Amino acid sequence: MIYNATLSQPRVQPLPYLSADETTAILLSLKIALIATLASLPVAIAIAWLLARRQFPGKALLNVLVHLPLVMPPVVTGYLLLIGFGRRGPFGEALEACCGVVLSFRWTGAALAAAVMSFPLTVRAIRLSLEAVDRKLEDAAATLGAAPIFVFLTVTLPLALPGVLAGAVIGFAKALGEFGATITFVSNIPGETQTIASAIYSSTQTPGADATTLRLTLIAIVIAAGALALSEYFARKVAGGAGRA
Amino acid sequence: MSLDRGLDITVNTTLGDFTLEASAKLDGPLSVLVGPSGSGKSTLLNVIAGLTRPCFGRVTFGDEVWFDSERNLFVRPHLRRIGYVFQEGRLLPHLSVRSNLKFSRWFRRSTGPGPRLEDIVDLLDIGHLLDRSPRNLSGGERQRCALARALLATPSLLLMDEPLAALDEARREEVLPYIETVRDRYRIPIVYVTHALEEAERLGDEIVSMRQGRIEKIERRVRSPQPNKEPSS
Repeated sequence: MIYNATLSQPRVQPLPYLSADETTAILLSLKIALIATLASLPVAIAIAWLLARRQFPGKALLNVLVHLPLVMPPVVTGYLLLIGFGRRGPFGEALEACCGVVLSFRWTGAALAAAVMSFPLTVRAIRLSLEAVDRKLEDAAATLGAAPIFVFLTVTLPLALPGVLAGAVIGFAKALGEFGATITFVSNIPGETQTIASAIYSSTQTPGADATTLRLTLIAIVIAAGALALSEYFARKVAGGAGRA
Repeated sequence: MSLDRGLDITVNTTLGDFTLEASAKLDGPLSVLVGPSGSGKSTLLNVIAGLTRPCFGRVTFGDEVWFDSERNLFVRPHLRRIGYVFQEGRLLPHLSVRSNLKFSRWFRRSTGPGPRLEDIVDLLDIGHLLDRSPRNLSGGERQRCALARALLATPSLLLMDEPLAALDEARREEVLPYIETVRDRYRIPIVYVTHALEEAERLGDEIVSMRQGRIEKIERRVRSPQPNKEPSS
């Protein structure tokens, strides 16, 4: 870290180069988004499967709950996380007591906020791909001796894989750009919870930080566009032939 | 395995506005369910397979009870030890033909020596297809692979749902002799669904005629003894 000595002092950075603070924010963003995506993916697959394949009381309610973060003001989601998962919130207290995990004002909390906010997009993509899998193939696997869990693992999931990947990538992109819920829940602490989005927000509030804003904005655009392109690529593979023999 | 394992079926079930009400004892060795489309023959086959759970009735195979609505008993299809050849083959598109053939071995513990992969592959002339994807097979090739896959599941009952219906006349002749060979060589009871009477008469020891969800008549017959011709490859 060659810029360590000047970390806290504002200094003029040549335009094409990232400052240490900016690099930190970018790396932290990637870490938070990656952890959020990987940790929430199994849950997203399970929920998507329930919504695609099962009829049960409360299904409509579950569907609404999953999609709420998409339509609520992000600050509301962040506030609810703060109430629930803050140090004195019921879940936050329990988590700290049982596993020593603290979420509020930590990067782990930022990962939770990112996971919750990206969850609807991920679930939606996976659900669509599960619905596209030909269930007759699942029946065929059952007649060959595969119990339901193995039918899921050897037939359903592989056939839905492009959709699962598309969902993960779009969720990752969304997690990377999350701002409202994150800043409400875990604030904007450089090196701990300051992501690209909140670093941009800070720099727009700081006189003379236009170059920082510009650099981070360009990087945010590049990452988002790349993720979107990748997600589209996977989604087209779903449309192109999931489950047709 | 003994050939006197018969199927005993009594079912009454409603799917939408279609009602299947059938009672039959099938002794095979090859029983054909024949009837126009919508007569319930495929539904009856799926009841035997356990892919459709009927509302009421009882299904037994030999001394195994597969379904009994009074005892709320239902054996799921993966535990019934059947082989099922579907009309569209239903080979798993994300696996090679070879993996499709071996698929059942991942799940079913063999009870004694089952058929060997090599033997079945030779019997059905599909050796050159093993490393292909199911997406690149002709209709006739696909159905022979589907038949091989069902046999390699070491079934004690083989179910076939219009396995030739999706094929044109020439392709049908390409597959039919293999089905006769399987019937004559493996002592597995077969339930065969078709809407083509000539197919029924060529293959069946027992012809079950169905219409509008009911069994009209069951007719046992002696197959005209044919010279046991091997399929030409």
